Formats: sequence, C-alpha cells, structure tokens
Amino acid sequence: MPPLDPGILARRSQIVAALRAIVPGEGVIDDVEGMKPYECDALSAYRQMPLVVVLPQTVDQVSRILRYCQDEGVKVVPRGAGTSLSGGSMPVGDAILLGMAKFNRVLEIDYDNRCARVQPGVTNLGITHAVQHEGFYYAPDPSSQIACSIGGNVAENSGGVHSLKYGLTTNNLLGLEIVLMNGEVVRLGGKHLDSEGYDLMGLMTGSEGLLGVVTEVTVRLLRKPSTARAVLMGFSTESGAADCVAAIIAAGIIPGGMEMMDKDAVQCAENYVGAGYPLDAEGLLIVELDGPAVEVDYLIERVAALGRERGATTLRVSEDEAQRTLFWAGRKAAFPAVGQISPDYMCLDGSVPRAKLVEVLARMREMSKKHRLRVVNVFHAGDGNLHPLILFDANDPDELRRCEEFGADILRLCVEVGGVLTGEHGVGIEKRDLMGVQFTQIDLDQQMRVKCAFDPDHLLNPGKVFPQLRRCAELGRLVVHKGQIPFPDLPRF
Amino acid sequence: MTSTLQPGTPDELRAAVEWAVNDGVTLAIEGRGSKRAYGPPMKADHTLSLAGISGVVDYQPEELVITVKAGTPIREVEALLAQRKQMLAFEPPDLGAMLGGAAGEGTLAGALMCNLAGPRRISHGAARDHFLGFQGVNGRGELFKSGGRVVKNVTGYDLSKLLAGSRGSLAALHEITVKVVPAAEKLRTLMLVGLDDATAVKAMCAAMGSPHEVSGAAHLPTEIAANSGIDLVTQQGGAITALRIEGVAPSADARITALREQFAGVAPQMEELHSMRSRLFWTELRDAKPLANDADRLLWKLSCPPSHGAAIVAAIRARLPDARAQYDWSGGLIWLSTREANADIVRDALVATGGHATLIRAPESVRAAVPVFQPQPAALAALSRRVKESFDPRSIFAGG
Repeated sequence: MPPLDPGILARRSQIVAALRAIVPGEGVIDDVEGMKPYECDALSAYRQMPLVVVLPQTVDQVSRILRYCQDEGVKVVPRGAGTSLSGGSMPVGDAILLGMAKFNRVLEIDYDNRCARVQPGVTNLGITHAVQHEGFYYAPDPSSQIACSIGGNVAENSGGVHSLKYGLTTNNLLGLEIVLMNGEVVRLGGKHLDSEGYDLMGLMTGSEGLLGVVTEVTVRLLRKPSTARAVLMGFSTESGAADCVAAIIAAGIIPGGMEMMDKDAVQCAENYVGAGYPLDAEGLLIVELDGPAVEVDYLIERVAALGRERGATTLRVSEDEAQRTLFWAGRKAAFPAVGQISPDYMCLDGSVPRAKLVEVLARMREMSKKHRLRVVNVFHAGDGNLHPLILFDANDPDELRRCEEFGADILRLCVEVGGVLTGEHGVGIEKRDLMGVQFTQIDLDQQMRVKCAFDPDHLLNPGKVFPQLRRCAELGRLVVHKGQIPFPDLPRF
Repeated sequence: MTSTLQPGTPDELRAAVEWAVNDGVTLAIEGRGSKRAYGPPMKADHTLSLAGISGVVDYQPEELVITVKAGTPIREVEALLAQRKQMLAFEPPDLGAMLGGAAGEGTLAGALMCNLAGPRRISHGAARDHFLGFQGVNGRGELFKSGGRVVKNVTGYDLSKLLAGSRGSLAALHEITVKVVPAAEKLRTLMLVGLDDATAVKAMCAAMGSPHEVSGAAHLPTEIAANSGIDLVTQQGGAITALRIEGVAPSADARITALREQFAGVAPQMEELHSMRSRLFWTELRDAKPLANDADRLLWKLSCPPSHGAAIVAAIRARLPDARAQYDWSGGLIWLSTREANADIVRDALVATGGHATLIRAPESVRAAVPVFQPQPAALAALSRRVKESFDPRSIFAGG
C-alpha cells in the first residue's frame, strides 16, 4: 500500500470534526473499538484500521463528504457490506471509510417494467425477498448473497452460480445514481433499456469503487423459472467431466448452472455434509436446468444422455426439490468443508477458456507439488471460472509465502492459456500486482486515464486495482512529432 | 482534400492514427460505411476505414465466443454462426435500407459501436452485454486492449461497455470478441389481433412478466401492420401485437398454448406464425421496415420505460397528429415517423418518465441543425467529455 500521508494523520481531529458537521450523531465513528469491525473485508488476511469511519444516510451527505475530501485532499474508501474477497473495501490508514450500510431501503418496485429501484446498502438477497411473493427475483447470486450489498455488487460486477445463463451484475442493471469525487450527483440510465451517450453505467460496474460512489441502483427483475432440476454426474477422469461440459454446450443447451468439483473437493464436501457424492469420481458435475417444466423435463433427459455417452460412472437426475437441494448441498458447503480440514485456505478466481480446463487442472497439480501445498478445485465449469482453494496455515509465515506464490502461479497460468486474472471476485489489493501479467503498461495507462476523468487526484479507493498509480498530469501528457511522413504505402482513395 | 485511409493491419492502423495525432487532422472512423447517415454529420478531415482489416480470427463454438477483425461484415459472421447452429443473441438490426443505402453491408464492430440491438434486447440484453473484449488504437496512437475472450471477466475496467455505443469517438478498434448463443430449434409467434396501443402495451408487459420466456414483444398499429410484407400479417386487417417464443419444440408448443390461455380474454382474435414467416416477420420488425418504408418521413427512435410506451406516443400525437409509431421491446422502444423533426415535442413527451430520443433518419441539413442525440444534463455532459479526452486528448476522432 502507498505510504501514509503524515499531513492527513496530523489533521485527523479536524477531519473528524468536519465530517461530524456533515453527518450528525452516531454517523461518525472515530474510536478504536467502534472502528474495529471495519478493519478488514472478506480477504481477512489483510487488516488495517481506517482514519475514521463515516456512515452517511442521505445522498446530500455523501455529496458533501466527497466534496470536502476532494477540497482537502483526503482519501476515501467506499464500503458496502464488506464481503469483498479481493480486499476491494479494505481500509487505508490515511483514508476515511465511507460505509453505505444505512442506505438500506427498497425505494420502488415496478412489476410492469420488471425492475426495482433500491438503495445500495440493500442486500442482494434482500431484493429477491422484496419481490418473490409476486414470483420475481434478482438473478445474480454471488455466494455471499445473504450479506453482500447491491452497491458492492455493482462495484465488483458480482457473478454467481447462474451467470452462464443470466449474466453478471452488469447485465442485470438498468440505472445508477452516483456521486463523483467532486460531489456532483449524476444519474445514469433509468427504467429504459439503453443508455444514451457513453455507457458510463457499464463502466461504473466492476470499477471497484475507484470512480464514484453508488447511491441508488435500478435492477432488472426476472420472473422466477417455474421449474428447476439437476443432474449429478460422476466421471472416472477429469477430462471425461470436462468433455461432458463441452458436449452439453455444443448440443445448444445453456444450463442455469454447471458446476464441477475435483476428487479432493468431492471428498471434503462428502465428509462434511454427506450429500451422497460418489467418492470414486475424479470429476463431479452438477448440471441444473431451469425454465418451463416441459422444457426442463425434456432437456434434462438430453443432458443425462450426453452424460451416459461420455461414460458417466454415476448419474442421478433429481426427481424432487429435496433431491435437487441435496445435490447442491455438497457444492455449497465446499468452502466450509475445506475450512474444516485446513486452518486456512486461499480462494482464487481465474477464468479460462473451457477447452483449457483439464490442462489447467493438471498443471495446477504439478504446481501443488512444487509449492508443497494442497489445492482443491470447485468451479463454474459452464463459464470456465475456476475457484482453486489453496490449503495453508496462516500462522506459518513460510506457508503463507508459498501460498501467495502458488496463487500467483495459478493466475499467471490462467492468463497464459487465454484466460484472465479474475472472473468475479475483482482485483482489489489481492491481484493488483499481477495486473501486468494480463495488461501492458499502455493498457493500464489507458484505464488510469479513465480514472482521471472521474477522480483527478486519485482519492477514491487508493491502492486498489492498479499496481502503480501514475499522476493524471503525467498520464495526460502527449508528445507530438509534427511533420512526419505518413505511411506512404497505405491505400487511399 | 478529404481522403479515405484504409489500413490493412493493426500496425498500419496505429500509424494512421499516429499521423493524425502528429499533424492535428481529424478522422471519421467507419467500418463499411453502412451507417454514415446515422448521427450528426461527421466533420472530419479524413475517413479512416476499417474495411481492410477483415476476417474471422477465432471461432470455437463450444466456447460460445467469436473473435473477428473490425471490418468483418456482419452477414459473414451470422452465416458462420448459423453453420454451427449459433447466433448473436442481441439480433443486431440492419439499418442500411432505412438510412438510404443497401441492406446487408454493415460490420459486427459497427453494430457494437452503435450499440444496436433488435427485438431480443428485451430478453437477452443489448449489444454491449455481449461485447467481451477488443484490441484497438486510442486517440494517442497507442495499441491497447481491454476485456478478453472468456465470458466471465472482471479484470480492470470494463472498457468494452464504454466503447459500445461510442460511435468511433474513443478508439479505432481492429479486433473484437463477442459472446454467441445456441440458436433456438423452434421459433413461433403468437399474434394478438386488433388491440389499441394502450391495451397492446399492457398485454406485452404482462407477457414479459409471465414465466413463458417471451423473447420478443412488438406492436404494429393497424396502418403500420398493413405495410408488412408477411401475408398472414396483412390478412388480419388490424393491429398486430406479436409475442415471440423460441426454444426446443415441446417447450415452444407448451408456452404458446399458455400464452393463448393468458390472453384469451384480452384479444378476441389470435393467430400464429410458424418458423419461416416468424423469421421474416421479426427481421422486418428488427429493421423497423413497416414504419420506415415511407422514405420521405423522418424517423425517431425512443427508448423509454416499456409500460409508458403508449402514453408517450399519445402525448406526441396530441401535438403532432400526423406522427406514426411502431413499438418493440414491450413498449420500451418506439420507432416514430414524423414529417419534420419536432424535437421539442418528441423529447417533451419523455420528460416525466425518463428515457431518450434519437433522430435516426433525417436529411443531413436537419441532422446538422437538430440535436440528433438527447442533450445531457451539465454534470453528465462534462463527465462524458472528460472520458472522451481520456482516450482522445486532441479530439482527432470525430463523433464524440
């Protein structure tokens, strides 16, 4: 992280007083005990106390806080529910922590236009809870959905198990209200479908809190599918399972969810919840189809037939809701199950082309030997989004170091085979220093120039995403070589 | 003198832009020029054509993505996808004929840069939702990339979204990657006959809110339906509200039956179009042909909250009785034809609901005089300008 600014630390009491003038009462927290719950997010290996915590309740307060911070050169870390797995909302010692938890109201539900207008602190699942009695839901379902906020989902462009069919957060938004670092309030989109001008809503989504603070979100609602059924398939090889995934997609079927687990993950999960998983399977697939009952019943047979053709050694089709839930129980418990056999684990999040899954798994296993740490794999096979879990003990500094190296090696491998560093967890501080593996300096400079358009002094969520933040004045410089002879060979007409 | 530069490689493209940066000349970027008449008249010293950078780079059907060079015609892409029973989910319209040119000439990159989507927008998302990554040259003359070739990716800013709809004002792309989906086995259309606009919009919103996975909801008032090229449509002799169902055969049958039951009390008369006619009909709707065929009239495209579509048209008609409309996206897309631009009347009707209006077809002189795109509030306009400068500090790319 960048070194702390002693000038800011020295002015702490003035900054606290200024914030109190904007947010009265309990909304400013500056005592150590009160700030303790904010010292980390879900990437809990890294901890840092913020300068001060402020919890505004109105858009006007957010605007005045940001304006003040802009004028005074104070850094700001925005935070939703603090469930980021990449350190996206981890505090910075000389920055205020702007918590949006009090923005927790559902403002409007519009079934005719199938959308809901909500404040950013509403939880992901809270949206579904508000509309499910009418048969609707909000589709993206990150595994933290019970706790994570929709504002945080926008910042991280969160995905989930069903994103192959229903998309990520970015595909399920209609409108945003944001506050810029200079205090300006800007509305993007609305209840209509297409943005006018530049798609700044699309740019904001997944920008990890570096461009603006989200104060209102209009999400798209979907009618809940009338039926969901799942097939559980075990294969004697990983490539058998991966071939089946490719065959299902080649057959023109887009499942609601398509998850794969390797042998170690199957065994962990089975020991933990007893979902009836086949312990001899090298690769386990859970394929879920959702939609109208006739369609699901028809396609589930086709998926099962493809599994049989590809030599599935275990094959069960859910006949009722209880059985479907049981198929998922092991997959959903995979992380806590791994937590039970290891003091700590690190969860990674690279995406690779589906065709490279088997190769990546095999090479990960070689790396596991080299780094002398176990790795367990559960992943969204449908969209090639891997979640390798590296098992280690954080109290052993050498294991922590090896774990970090192993994780970096895996992400480099993802990029090498044509994939990316992160499919849904975000870059944050966790993968920041690996950005150069995927991007050239020119690529990164262009992204940072976009940041300059929103936040010219780099005050919002500092130290995240970019390995080295360059000053906007420097980034903006353009050297012109007038009078060069332009490419004489280029066709002109 | 204005000339057209046509680079054949990314390096030549970069050199062309670098030259423009150094000499301070401006460039109008185009693919194959099919949408030259879209937007305000481009004021640029030269045209930078991407037609020479063409061809499929990589297509693996089981990955559900395709990578093509920027000048690749969309019809080549669609033909290739069709061979493997796949398609572009966003159903890009072909505005060639509407804008006074030939049909079938546009590029896939051009459709993305204008963020154009057809009837399936309402269920499957806009062009921008399917745009995964690109490589191109920014206004500093630098080759850069963003996104990737995998469907799930949150690494760095999602610049693809920003480029979609930027109409060549931020960067000159040479390679793009988009998501593709399996083509549906069956296509059926249920036509509700004789509904007035308000009832039709209500019915379309109800259909979209049903569990029957409707993938298109459009409405043609009587005088517009009469312009259809599909016999079964004109034979009805009334307004047509069309609901599209796609999927495997048993599912399509069951859902059509369910929709018939749902709307039995709303529409006294219902008819069905099967695969062939359905395909032609939705292509016609996609390109707004029934409304656009009167080439003397101006065309607007309004994006609004779907349930307000009919009320917005009624408000415009109250002041402009001669205006004609065709609805798509469950009422959320209104194609409107008028004799004159009447921008204030059109845009006033959107103030209460939010949304925006684009003057999509008008003589050049009108497009030069009337704001073709919806004017933005000051803070948003200023932010957009700063974003433009972050890619193109010397404003060498026209159309920003």
